[in-house]
Amino acid sequence: MKMLKSTLAVLTAATALGVASFAQAGATLDAIQKKGFIQCGVSDGLPGFSVPDASGKILGIDADVCRAVAAAVFGDATKVKFSQLNAKERFTALQSGEIDVLSRNTTWTSSRDAGMGLVFAGVTYYDGVGFLVNKKLGVKSAKELDGATICIQAGTTTELNVSDYFRGNGLKYVPITFDTSDESAKSLESGRCDVLTSDKSQLYAQRSKLGNPTDYVVLPETISKEPLGPVVRRGDEDWMAIVKWTLFAMLNAEEAGVTSKNVEEMAKSTKNPDVARLLGADGEYGKDLKVRKDWVVQIVKQVGNYGEVFDKNLGKTTPLAIDRGMNALWNNGGIQYAPPVR
Amino acid sequence: MQNQIGAPKGFSLTDPRVRAWLFQIITIVAVISLGWFLFHNTQTNLEHRGITSGFGFLERSAGFGIAQHLISYTESDSYARVFLIGLLNTLLVTFIGVILATLLGFVIGVARLSKNWVINKLATVYIEIFRNIPPLLQILFWYFAVFLTLPGPRAAHGIFETFYFSSRGLNMPAAIPTSGAWPFTIAVVVAIVAIVIMSKWATKRFEATGQPFHKFWVGLAIFIVIPALSALVFGAPVHWEFAQLQGFNFVGGWVLIPELLALTLALTVYTAAFIAEIVRSGIKSVSHGQTEAAASLGLRNGPTLRKVIIPQALRVIIPPLTSQYLNLAKNSSLAAGIGYPEMVSLFAGTVLNQTGQAIEVIAITMSVYLAISISISLLMNWYNKRIALIER
Repeated sequence: MKMLKSTLAVLTAATALGVASFAQAGATLDAIQKKGFIQCGVSDGLPGFSVPDASGKILGIDADVCRAVAAAVFGDATKVKFSQLNAKERFTALQSGEIDVLSRNTTWTSSRDAGMGLVFAGVTYYDGVGFLVNKKLGVKSAKELDGATICIQAGTTTELNVSDYFRGNGLKYVPITFDTSDESAKSLESGRCDVLTSDKSQLYAQRSKLGNPTDYVVLPETISKEPLGPVVRRGDEDWMAIVKWTLFAMLNAEEAGVTSKNVEEMAKSTKNPDVARLLGADGEYGKDLKVRKDWVVQIVKQVGNYGEVFDKNLGKTTPLAIDRGMNALWNNGGIQYAPPVR
Repeated sequence: MQNQIGAPKGFSLTDPRVRAWLFQIITIVAVISLGWFLFHNTQTNLEHRGITSGFGFLERSAGFGIAQHLISYTESDSYARVFLIGLLNTLLVTFIGVILATLLGFVIGVARLSKNWVINKLATVYIEIFRNIPPLLQILFWYFAVFLTLPGPRAAHGIFETFYFSSRGLNMPAAIPTSGAWPFTIAVVVAIVAIVIMSKWATKRFEATGQPFHKFWVGLAIFIVIPALSALVFGAPVHWEFAQLQGFNFVGGWVLIPELLALTLALTVYTAAFIAEIVRSGIKSVSHGQTEAAASLGLRNGPTLRKVIIPQALRVIIPPLTSQYLNLAKNSSLAAGIGYPEMVSLFAGTVLNQTGQAIEVIAITMSVYLAISISISLLMNWYNKRIALIER
């Protein structure tokens, strides 16, 4: 009888587990509303994108995108909890439901957009792969790197793109792969490898962490397209739309000249119909997206428009000092373009 | 209470044998249905979320470079080949590590029992230090504090201009087989056969007449002379291609990358500390009467240890030694921390991330480690049975 009872107990437990693990599609937004915060996956420390400061608060453009989504959903940009992930764990964490959105300088590729159960919600930063070398080597172009030893982060599109570039130009190289970007930077400093390769934004960020940043130079070539953006799970259109339109809202705000300083005043007294629609003074666009009516006001007031977020994290006042370049607005020489809110 | 004489005939639920069968059948059915249910549930969930499953990804082209590959590899080879390369690298580290750790462990274990106070204390200090520091820290220490602080390739230490030690690894001349390679290989095989025959003949003669024979030295002589004759007659078996410094790196020749050196050294030193203690306990387990009897026969320390103590101690040493070998094989996965391209960092790291199919990749990796461990166990158990003393 004891045997039968324990067998029954095991079967019941298994059934319960089975039922519980079957997640309903479209459930992410409900789960977030219920738990009251967004779980955001970021990197384990990349200056400018997602890096903890001295008090443990995560700064960076990727972190700010998550805060903007929280401001749109809850009206409070602090309702975010961050999970720091390395390149190997990031997709599994999102697939398994451990995080709600992955905002971790992840390159948008077709194989990641399909077949992994994930979908990209937009482009936070248009980037490309480059090379960081010590000035002592006297190398002026990537084409002179035949036979070099290159430090790469494992499991990134960088690994694939560097391999294609060297093969395509008939050059040889020796790859040394590491789990974290910090280890690769340390190996560059110690001389284990001649070159560090990654997205150019990461190269500037890593260079600022080295002992003597002025000893190193980023080579002029950009060898691939790396559009970096936030990722969510497939099958959850409501949540995807919210993340997508948060990014677009920040771009539209910059385009319309709405900043964190003047957003409240503009929300009350604007005569421009586009701005009125954007800031919720006209229409129910927030409700369509299942967020607050004043979602853009909260985003811009608490986090900022795209330009402000860029300048705060990557701009001239930071050690990175990255140019807007491709990330400028479409009417200002770049390719950041947001569809209208109407 | 059950009386076998009065037990009911035919099928009856009160019959203990019937009950035994019934519960076993129920348990088997329950386990199988649980397994099938979990498998089916996982499949359904993966499909529902749009995550591809199945092993088709193994045929896709890899597209990334690998620092050390024992078989030929280009970026357009498949993920299956990447898996094979990772597996070979893991086996390489395990193989070298096991041999070196056993040798070092035996030496330190015997030293720990020495009557010489200095040697005894040195061995104790070694064991206590390297047993108590976590293996990953030891690997990181060897890599970052020792190998990476070596000078760069342009300032490398050269030994006779043939071996170069730098932060890029140990560069040595490559052995390229020539026309004399085949005769040399055949000569080596002939030499081995000759040694085996000589060894069996010597043992038989010793058991029949008691005359000892210098098996080791004669064997060594055969092993050197016969292949040397072949090299003289047919020409040298290999021609050496020296490593030259060109541009960024050494070109030509073979290189042992510092990741491999650091990993092997760290694992050897770490596991040898454990093996030393196992050897010590094995030697102590042999009754002191054996040592005294050997001494009374006039045997000195060396032959006593080799011919009397260690063969008996091996009974006690082999089972825990097997565990240490398995530990070494599994600890090789710590290589991911220093970028050595073995199975975990290559397959369960890069390939998992590029394809996103975590379940299949981890399942394959786990099965392979299980297969490696079971093979080592089987081998050691066979050896244990062979050398077991049969008590009369």
